[in-house]
Amino acid sequence: MSFKIIVLAKQVPDTRNVGKDAMKADGTVNRAALPAIYNPEDLNALEFALRVKDKMKDAEVIVLTMGPFRAAEIIRESMYRGADRGFLITDRKFAGSDTLATSYAISLAVKKLAPFDLLVAGRQAIDGDTAQVGPQTAEKLGIPQVTYAEELVDITSKDITIKRRLERGVETVKAAFPLAVTVHGSAADCRPRKAKRLMKYKHAKTVTELQNETKDYTHLYNERPYLNIEEWTVDDINADVEALGLSGSPTKVKAIQNVVFQSKDSKVLGTSDEEINDLMKELLDSHIIG
Amino acid sequence: MNNIFVYCEITEEGYVADVSLELLTKGRSLADELNVKLEAVVIGANLKGIEKEIFPYGVDFIHIADDKKLFPYTTGPHAKLLIKLFKEQKPEIVLFGASSIGRDIGPRIASALKCGLTADCTSLIIGNHEDKKQKKVYKNLLYQIRPAFGGNIIATIINPETRPQIATVREGVMKKEIKSADYKGEIFPIDLNNVFDELDFAVQIIDRHIEKQKVNIKNSQIIVSGGYGVGSKENFQLLTDLADLLGGEVGASRAAVDAGFVPHERQIGQTGVTVRPKLYIACGISGAVQHSAGMDESSKIISINTDPQAPINQIADYTITGSVEEVIPKMIKYYKENSK
Repeated sequence: MSFKIIVLAKQVPDTRNVGKDAMKADGTVNRAALPAIYNPEDLNALEFALRVKDKMKDAEVIVLTMGPFRAAEIIRESMYRGADRGFLITDRKFAGSDTLATSYAISLAVKKLAPFDLLVAGRQAIDGDTAQVGPQTAEKLGIPQVTYAEELVDITSKDITIKRRLERGVETVKAAFPLAVTVHGSAADCRPRKAKRLMKYKHAKTVTELQNETKDYTHLYNERPYLNIEEWTVDDINADVEALGLSGSPTKVKAIQNVVFQSKDSKVLGTSDEEINDLMKELLDSHIIG
Repeated sequence: MNNIFVYCEITEEGYVADVSLELLTKGRSLADELNVKLEAVVIGANLKGIEKEIFPYGVDFIHIADDKKLFPYTTGPHAKLLIKLFKEQKPEIVLFGASSIGRDIGPRIASALKCGLTADCTSLIIGNHEDKKQKKVYKNLLYQIRPAFGGNIIATIINPETRPQIATVREGVMKKEIKSADYKGEIFPIDLNNVFDELDFAVQIIDRHIEKQKVNIKNSQIIVSGGYGVGSKENFQLLTDLADLLGGEVGASRAAVDAGFVPHERQIGQTGVTVRPKLYIACGISGAVQHSAGMDESSKIISINTDPQAPINQIADYTITGSVEEVIPKMIKYYKENSK
């Protein structure tokens, strides 16, 4: 029986490289100005899954992502690095989902792929930094979880041993399957793309992407079924629309404030001995330093 | 209105974690504003006498689950007990530390109770909300304020319909303050009979190496902090010299940590610790929002930067346009000659 690993990965705007045009005048985020990238900790998660696959005979890595059509890029990228298959959950009805509604949708998609052995996700995504979807999905699936995973210590057909990175140290835990694991950014970096895999999977496409092709490649996709990236809508995962999007999200955004510093009266000094000495004297006199 | 609950983490040494005491302090002031009681939940082992640490923060009820299987923390049994307790007690608000424990268990609780959770709040206040579409006014909601989108925006999140309203807050963000040394409350032991099943203990801890907290930048009154602009590990030594001399600690921005100049435990900012010392000397730090979110409440800020346009200068009380190598030795020299 094969060992099934499902990786949850997300395409995110690169919030680490925010330029001047990242915010619109009205204070909302200009997503178009930010490049879409593979969420960094999800790459650590993919590597974790691939290491499990390396150690297990007959294991399969399936990538599941939720997002707009172009998020299929994440699945192809995963394939270039070692994933076997991928599914894109995409539907306008998901728009506005908070972490609870998102975890509901993902848990239904995971159930559709069941039975599985491991569910692996990055600890958190850089666009929200919530670290919630992994544990929330695990709860909905009724499976135990190991968060903050840093290293795959050992795996057998019965259980897995994982080192966790905590604030003040490490902890090694052992658990049976099925299990949810969220992977910390301090875990091993993801292996690079392989040229052979790139050649093999570069034509992997979703139905939507194929519709935009000018030539008819139907025969190719019939011959090589692994090139089909399935798209799942709300109906495909049998989701209750009320539990999705804004209606399924208990958290609401009341206000968004673009971060603008409040300017204080600030003294500007040069580096002359006199100026530095005056500053230090002032700090000493006011007992800020003593 | 129902009460406010705070989940109290227990440290390696058997005390209530600072982050939990800070949340009890915040919980007390929210409870006073809403005119409700403050309740604490403690789950662990050998907890005899733990209430003495908790009641002084103004706690009215403590729920205690004391069993050797419950320490060290694992997700399964703690989540099981909290979900059961919250289903019975129906709290208005629940607060967790935004620690590896709080961020592990919080989402499971929110998922099970189908309610909202806001991670890493930097501010919690009570306010009203008018839903114009539904023509409905919600009174006394918890405004959960947090940086989002990599710290580029500050969002105010509310949960109009679902209860409890759950939030996590990082250590050092809220102040810790004893309400009254002889504040008296009641203790309720949590019933542990026939609660657990095998699956709750599915994850077994087989080894632990938890260090005592060595670096204590959070409680330091003086912080000399460096960014990528410091340039090298060697230049960071200058910062260490100045910090040692002033009786402070060395902090760093994420860029300096990523560059390997300083270990991660000294990182200040959204993904590090939040500090509010009386003096913060920012050396070669440009001042991305992610960093300033963790230090902008410092009483006095001095920025040393070769770039006069560095964003951090806007929140600095003093801006010195110059390099770390030039300025810090001068500061050290003056201090050595003039301090008593």
